[in-house]
Amino acid sequence: MKKTIPMMIVMIGGLIWLFWAFSPHYIMQEDFLYKFYIPWSWAMIPPATILGIISLSMMHKAKIQRRAHKWQYSFFFFAGFITITLAGFLGGTQKGGLYMWMFENMQMPMSATMFALLAFYMASAAYKAFRARSPEATVLLLAAIIVMLAQVPIGTRISKYLPDISQWILDVPNLASKRGIMLGVGLGSIATSLKILLGIERSYLGGGD
Amino acid sequence: MSFELFSNLIGAFFTLCIFSFLYKDNPLYQMAEQLLVGLSVGYSLVLTYHRVFIPYVYQPIVIRHQFMLIIPFLIGVLYLTRLTRKLSWLSRYPIAFSVMGVGSSFALSLHTAILVQMRQAMVPLESINLTLIFIGTITVLLYFFFSKAHSGTYGKFVNVGKWYMMIGFGASFGLTVMARVSLLIGRIQFLVLDVLGLMK
Repeated sequence: MKKTIPMMIVMIGGLIWLFWAFSPHYIMQEDFLYKFYIPWSWAMIPPATILGIISLSMMHKAKIQRRAHKWQYSFFFFAGFITITLAGFLGGTQKGGLYMWMFENMQMPMSATMFALLAFYMASAAYKAFRARSPEATVLLLAAIIVMLAQVPIGTRISKYLPDISQWILDVPNLASKRGIMLGVGLGSIATSLKILLGIERSYLGGGD
Repeated sequence: MSFELFSNLIGAFFTLCIFSFLYKDNPLYQMAEQLLVGLSVGYSLVLTYHRVFIPYVYQPIVIRHQFMLIIPFLIGVLYLTRLTRKLSWLSRYPIAFSVMGVGSSFALSLHTAILVQMRQAMVPLESINLTLIFIGTITVLLYFFFSKAHSGTYGKFVNVGKWYMMIGFGASFGLTVMARVSLLIGRIQFLVLDVLGLMK
């Protein structure tokens, strides 16, 4: 009941999905996929979202109660969460409302800056990791420099052939390496899927009894 | 002060709060970070309600009377049993429903990652580039074959695969850095053109 039935659902459901991939019959392609699996999957999403939010809120609540390290900042989590949620539910999600205003002028600038911040960290990590200590590292460094320079105007100023070389790197050695890796990943994915379908891999069931 | 300028100043303030981390970890960054998490979670909750709960749960069940959809919703509610110690095993049921899609990934991986790639790799070697791609694919694959020691002539052949991968990783790194730099340019353009431009 606790582990066997979920495992049977995965095994039987997995076999049906496998059959779906090879059968063009409308019962599989229309009824199973569009009338059963997709609507059922969508219906399960809202409770999963609620679980994530409750879990995160509980973590912040415990942090405040225990006066853990940097507990004061957890209030900002609740402030942001409660304000935008109330704005969305009470004021609506249309453009011009508080919900979209907070998204456009607070959430979006902050998340874009977070990703932009990574440019600095990638540059410093690259400096530490890519110092041409071996021939392989030198090749990696050269490929990265050529691809980067080819995308900016100064690259074509240095050499008019740089964009062509960059394109060749992307189309030939890069393609070959990605294809080799993809074949390996594909084989690994198939092996893992088979292990789950046959009930050998059960880590998705979690620990406990 | 116009409303547009006020909005841009708020955006600029939070942008600078995040950028302040480049100097060192500080209270302004910590505040902005937690606020960002809260805003993202609240945004996704409202979005899930309007884009998922209403069209896929409420409308089919209440308006169109498709009562069968109560079953998956209740199975989904079992996710919440994760919060209790005694009943947490019930959350395995909705997880199992999601994991059963692995059956399709078996067939789809076989198609996209194996068959299509092999078909594209096994073309007539009519040009130098096609020959180089073929050699690269074979040597990269052999590099991950650990049942034979990478030594002697075989080791040298396999080493070619390592060089191919280094070029591939370098290209990927270059593209990723440029994507991040373009985001950085976007943020600086926002600060310089949108904020300072309006203030002039």
